[in-house]
Amino acid sequence: MDADANMPPMSRPPIEVPFTLNGMEVTVSIDPAERLLDTLRYRLGMTGSKEGCGEGECGACTVHVDDIPVNSCLIPTYQVRNAQVRTIESIDPSDVGALLSSGATQCGACTPGVVMTAVWVREHPELLETHTLRELMAGNLCRCTGYDGIIDGVRRSLDEGQP
Amino acid sequence: MPTTLAEALEIQRDEDATPMAGGTDLLVHWPEQLELHDRDYLDLWGIDELRRIEWSDDTLELGALTTYWDVITDAKIGAAFPLLVDAARQIGAVQIQSRGTWAGNIANGSPAADGVPVLMAYGASVVIASHDKHRQVPLERFYAGYKEMDLAPDELIVAIRIPNRTYRHERFIKVGSRRAQAIAKVGAALVSNGSGWRVVASSVAPTIRRCPTIEAQISDGEPLSSPDDLLPAIRADVSPIDDLRSTAAYRERVMSRVLYYAIEEMSHR
Amino acid sequence: MDRIEGLAKLTGAERYVDDLPLDGMLWGMTVRSPAPRGRVTGVHFGSGVDWSEFVVVDHHDIPGDNTVLLIETDQPLLAGEYVRHAEEPIALVAHRSREMVRRAIREIEVTIDPDPPIFDFTAEPTQDQIQHGSDNALKRIDITKGDVDAALVRAARVVEGEYRTGSQEHVYLENQGMIAWEEDGVLVIKGSLQCPFYVLKAAVRALGRDSDHVRIVQTPTGGGFGGKEEYPSMIALHAALLALKAEQPVRIIYDRGEDMRATTKRHPSLVRHRTGVDGDGRLVAQDIDVALDGGAYVTLSPVVLSRGVIHAAGPYACDNVRIRGRAMLTNSPPHGAFRGFGAPQTHFANERHMDVIAATIGIDPDEFRRRNLIVDGQTTATGQRITDGTDRVALLDHALELSSYHERQDKHRSLNASHPYLRRGIGLAAFHHGAGFTGSGEVMLASELHLAGLPDGRIEVLSANIEMGQGTLTVFTKLVCDRLGLRPEHVVIADADTGRVPDSGPTVASRTTMVVGRLVDDSDTGDRVTQAIIDWHVERDEPLVGHAKYEPPPGIEWDETTYTGDAYATYGWATYVAEVEVDLRTYTARVTDFVAVQDVGTVLHETLARGQIQGGVVQAIGWALTEECAWSNGVMQNNQLTNYIIPTSDDVPPIRVSFVENPFAHGPHGAKGLGELPMDGPAPAIANAVARAIDADPRAIPLTPEHLMDLLSNGR
Repeated sequence: MDADANMPPMSRPPIEVPFTLNGMEVTVSIDPAERLLDTLRYRLGMTGSKEGCGEGECGACTVHVDDIPVNSCLIPTYQVRNAQVRTIESIDPSDVGALLSSGATQCGACTPGVVMTAVWVREHPELLETHTLRELMAGNLCRCTGYDGIIDGVRRSLDEGQP
Repeated sequence: MPTTLAEALEIQRDEDATPMAGGTDLLVHWPEQLELHDRDYLDLWGIDELRRIEWSDDTLELGALTTYWDVITDAKIGAAFPLLVDAARQIGAVQIQSRGTWAGNIANGSPAADGVPVLMAYGASVVIASHDKHRQVPLERFYAGYKEMDLAPDELIVAIRIPNRTYRHERFIKVGSRRAQAIAKVGAALVSNGSGWRVVASSVAPTIRRCPTIEAQISDGEPLSSPDDLLPAIRADVSPIDDLRSTAAYRERVMSRVLYYAIEEMSHR
Repeated sequence: MDRIEGLAKLTGAERYVDDLPLDGMLWGMTVRSPAPRGRVTGVHFGSGVDWSEFVVVDHHDIPGDNTVLLIETDQPLLAGEYVRHAEEPIALVAHRSREMVRRAIREIEVTIDPDPPIFDFTAEPTQDQIQHGSDNALKRIDITKGDVDAALVRAARVVEGEYRTGSQEHVYLENQGMIAWEEDGVLVIKGSLQCPFYVLKAAVRALGRDSDHVRIVQTPTGGGFGGKEEYPSMIALHAALLALKAEQPVRIIYDRGEDMRATTKRHPSLVRHRTGVDGDGRLVAQDIDVALDGGAYVTLSPVVLSRGVIHAAGPYACDNVRIRGRAMLTNSPPHGAFRGFGAPQTHFANERHMDVIAATIGIDPDEFRRRNLIVDGQTTATGQRITDGTDRVALLDHALELSSYHERQDKHRSLNASHPYLRRGIGLAAFHHGAGFTGSGEVMLASELHLAGLPDGRIEVLSANIEMGQGTLTVFTKLVCDRLGLRPEHVVIADADTGRVPDSGPTVASRTTMVVGRLVDDSDTGDRVTQAIIDWHVERDEPLVGHAKYEPPPGIEWDETTYTGDAYATYGWATYVAEVEVDLRTYTARVTDFVAVQDVGTVLHETLARGQIQGGVVQAIGWALTEECAWSNGVMQNNQLTNYIIPTSDDVPPIRVSFVENPFAHGPHGAKGLGELPMDGPAPAIANAVARAIDADPRAIPLTPEHLMDLLSNGR
């Protein structure tokens, strides 16, 4: 992957960070002060993950690091050295059928984060023994749906055993 | 980027670097925190020996990289120290719980921290190391003032030790501006072993602190007849302020009410 | 049919403005006023920065008029000599590195010789605070029906009340952003926006070029709610100024903090009611005074005020109504368009006041409304005769039944009498919302739509109405498919690009489906199907395009000077019921159940329509309970999502939605607008429920725990 034109020249000496991105080994040369979100969006051109607040509040930048959702705006890229990173770009249209038909997306800005949390919940149904869906999804702010479309979609995907 | 604690402690001795665990406090509004970009950081995340949960006969020890999520999903901790799980579940949401660490919560020194009150109520100690020594400080003596703590520049928090005791009553209370993803406006952790109470308050003083006057009143004093009975002790122990999130008046009054009803409910159980 | 662009959004493939790669692009940022009012005495560039590396723009670089053209021309694009609010744009800086721009901005000091600001829109301005006309009123609108003074004298009871609402931040999840560059002499501006032709008109005026040399293109818009109605013109022109000077593409993306601090919010309001009722509990006089905080420039305040006053008397029949409205200048950043557009403020006051009256005269709130709701043949405050066949009383009763309104009151009474600290209550609000533009607005807009037959046989819809989450693409596609018997893959909706699409009017006021959808329905492409289109292109070397212009329903009469007549072609009608639980330990109110019943005409797409209602209700729950802007000297202090509290999934119950479908003869398949209705009803329903739960009388929102504590301590 080529360095994206949107990433400015670095003012500090770069460091190399190898990690697994959506199943592929990659090594990026980054500014040490770079956030994972910016590496993904501007250096790797993977713009699916969004920045909504830059303070770990809205969850639009949610990705999985070693199989758990994190806010990629709060992670220095060097911390994913040797880790498994999974982003919205790994999601196949066939994975999101229930969310589509339930009306889980409207404007779409929160959606990539919502989907990443939803997929994780679907892959860990045992979480529902201790948590409610609304609690598990509370790290993804949405201003369009009022959450019903999202919650219904995740519940349906759990019932159907597919997202 | 060290991978062993020994390396990290040498760096901490030789360099002026800010330790970083999960980054959930340090990276907030990062693009605008320009003055932080040129600093050096000591990344602890790769030190696997700090990622451990160990039980002995008399303590539970959490390595410094233990996250909230580690505790939420640990049934044994949930059974022995339910307040740890209660507090962890009310910190941010899973995206924060997965990266935020108990030790980071202590080292950040926020008076509104959610992890610190329950640790302090359980009588936890902070295990601190430097390149040449180890020491242990009770958490309730760790803070000297707002963001001031008993931690030298060459030291790191390496673990948290919690005495393995049983309690008759225990309760964590967080009053936030919403149910999830909120910062505490008033917080409290209470435990009782039957003979006396430990009460810890958050968001109502420059540091999270024990409340000796309240403890004495509810352990030995007259039974409470209304929340107002607690106000003098609250005023003796804490000093809430007005800020962006709430008011001093609200904090004081709500503190009295949440404590009163918690004690009422627990003592009738 | 599922949402057309749904899969692209669900897989992260949709490209928003900040996702578009741009070769050789610069990042732009805005230098803003540090003070709320005064003369700009200097802009000092610090010596620690090599300014030759930066592109810097100020008001001298504006080729045309220094104004953001909207209704008026009072708002400068870059303040030159004088500022009227803090955070007002003064200069622009661009550089290849975003971090370098951030650093440079900090080295620029703007000095202001201050004049006395005014922040309280309810206070009489002192002479030295007057900045607009003779009294700071940006706009006044009065509505008069019958003789209010005489009716008040005759009334059996007169009940007065005063109600306040606070500002609200839109919190579209995608922050504002624009990119601009010049391409073969044409300035191209792309970004997150609701109204491409607003931006185009503003660009023509400020940049001094004709509309053939400017193209405005909407990118997928991550939420708008009105927040991207007028403000994007400002950012678009800023990006354009930098791009023209730099001769390079420029991108301006606000971060959340800047967006919350600098852009528009919902108008704060103070509404006073003096209401006369007769011995049977019927309204005989409504005397209403509406004041809005317009902020520092006129922007859209006149139209927000207009919709506010037209809805101020509610969906009730009353022969004598006087409504006096004004939008006042303050030195806050301009308040602007926001879902509901003035109506949520006046409905809050009116519906809370209805409960206050009912309590005063000793009638149940539902019965009081039943006696006064408009029945067909009666008229609104502007004298508009309602004859749409909707049974508004039956709609209200349906909402009460769905919410078990009366049974729950009994349950709440016993809980409230016995529980140490939990209190529950249930409250309702009946309301209406005019669809489309006010009065003659839709006629003046003369909205146009084109349908083109493409060489491959597909139909392309060319419209300036945009998708911002509300479902425009899907609804348009569905309408074309239904009309022409096509499948969705045979229909494309063109990008909203002013270089290609006709002016279909702005995407505001929930008008898109009703007005522009009607155009699709009426389009004269007729019954041509795919093969006919292909044949056309085989036989002829010319485009196949059908044109349609919106024709408002016949018989609409509106007098703009007296504010009388048919204010809207039609109205949506609704009754909402909220159940709340108040925890007296923490004074926290939480919505535990919510029922939303409405008549929006025919529902074109059940999932989209329900989603609009649910999302609007939750946005209104935030406005009612937790969303509060903390202002200090005209600057929002809590401009972070950590401290400006919108609901999470865990804070709200499922929103139960029910549609009563009474087709509107002049909407597509009978549809009316629906997106704004859900913003109007929740706040008063919730406040009424809180009043019941804790036996108090809240008159202002948000009902934060701190305010509820004060309410209970002070008895009010």
